[in-house]
Amino acid sequence: MRYLPLLLCALIWEGIVQLGLVSRDVLPSLSDVLKAAWMLAREGDLWTNGVASLYRGGMGLLLAIVVGAVLGVLMAWWRAVDAFVGPLVEALYPMPKSALIPVTVLWLGFGDGSKILLIFLGCMLPVTLAAYNGARSSEQALVWSARSLGAGRLRVLWDVVAPSALPELLNGVRTALALAFVLLVSSELIVARKGLGYLIGFLGEGGVYDAMFAVVLVVAFLGFFADRLYLAGTRRLLAWRE
Amino acid sequence: MFDSSGGSVKQIVVESVSHTYRPARGREVLALEDVSLEIAPREFVALLGPSGCGKSTLLYLIGGFLPVEKGAIRIEGAPVGAPGPDRGIVFQHFALFPWKSVRANVRYGLEKMGLPREEQERRAQSYIEMVGLKGFEDSYPSALSGGMKQRAALARTLAVDPKMLLMDEPFGALDAQTRSLMQAELLAIWQRSPTTVIFVTHDVQEAVLLSQRVAVMSARPGKVKAIVDVKLDRSDPHIYRSPEFAAKVDEIWNLVREEAIKAQ
Repeated sequence: MRYLPLLLCALIWEGIVQLGLVSRDVLPSLSDVLKAAWMLAREGDLWTNGVASLYRGGMGLLLAIVVGAVLGVLMAWWRAVDAFVGPLVEALYPMPKSALIPVTVLWLGFGDGSKILLIFLGCMLPVTLAAYNGARSSEQALVWSARSLGAGRLRVLWDVVAPSALPELLNGVRTALALAFVLLVSSELIVARKGLGYLIGFLGEGGVYDAMFAVVLVVAFLGFFADRLYLAGTRRLLAWRE
Repeated sequence: MFDSSGGSVKQIVVESVSHTYRPARGREVLALEDVSLEIAPREFVALLGPSGCGKSTLLYLIGGFLPVEKGAIRIEGAPVGAPGPDRGIVFQHFALFPWKSVRANVRYGLEKMGLPREEQERRAQSYIEMVGLKGFEDSYPSALSGGMKQRAALARTLAVDPKMLLMDEPFGALDAQTRSLMQAELLAIWQRSPTTVIFVTHDVQEAVLLSQRVAVMSARPGKVKAIVDVKLDRSDPHIYRSPEFAAKVDEIWNLVREEAIKAQ
């Protein structure tokens, strides 16, 4: 059982609170947190806010993957695109994307739009760079083989360059997936009227700490679950490498 | 229409071709200088020379993968164009699509030809069986040995029925036993249905064993130093033990030796 250490942490958490080693004002007991989670689920708060968050995260990430992958492959394939877009990507890559939160709110307001735009902007660059590096690594001999078997230049892009880029691209998407959660929750914490991040902030301000911790746990679990699911999917897509 | 014995009709004509290789970093290198060569239909010609003599570059120029900058290359009278299925290529490192099964690799060119699905399947299967890969149709290249990969690559290239076969040190990455088996098989395939073959190698024995003519190339910049006719009885499976074979290898080795020393 690989996740035994996690179980151990859960027990320690419950233990130190029950034994009074830590004040309940700082850390509610795990059992109280689970109870609060159950209540939030039953009353529907978890669902309405969860669905809102997943929608924003999913849309932003989807846009980032599609646009980022296409952009990266085009940059690798046409020098002109690289010359124009390359410096922009390099300059923007290290920028902390959370700095864009007020900007996206200014442009698109408090709703879904600003969150989707933020996640799209933040997650696109790692995907672009991964697709670019992957596509650049496509072997000359593979491209030439495809050409000599009757594929035109554009066809080669789809038949050879894209699948060559796939392993690297999938790595980049994994980074983007983690980043999407960070951006989602932090933007919802700061300016939002719904979403899991908003719920955490709302409950925290209200002093309902066991419920606040419950939502934090839910977010952590969602992130973990999404990553596991993603890895399983990746393994299937890359079955040919084994 | 074509007469290989008379040799008057040439399928491939290389005329005073020079080629400069320009790496992204570092100095330009004159890879080929004033190379001329004529190849008749259904002829098996070896391009032999030390590494870095530009023999692969010449092959890539004929394949249309690199632009002809100086001189001219004509295929059946017309200037060489973009790569296409008339000129099949086989690379040293196989260049199979790693994400496609053996069957899908072999079918790739057939799809591009626009053949009906059943015809693709039938033809792919017959070429897979011809190269002895029956039972491995659904394997990915990563699961195959070097020899099997090269068989699959050969099947993929032959399946589209190219008018000429460009082979870039195709057996150079294989172990000695596999290499000699593959040589025998290639020879058998060629004897059954002769197509034009240009075979790049640095192995003198291989060149003599397989080809009808050997173009010996000089070290950088690559030039054709000599063209040697090899008239051996291909039907004799023990040809490589005959005195004629040894004499031919000696003759060509003497031409190559100097160049090999220069190239070191």
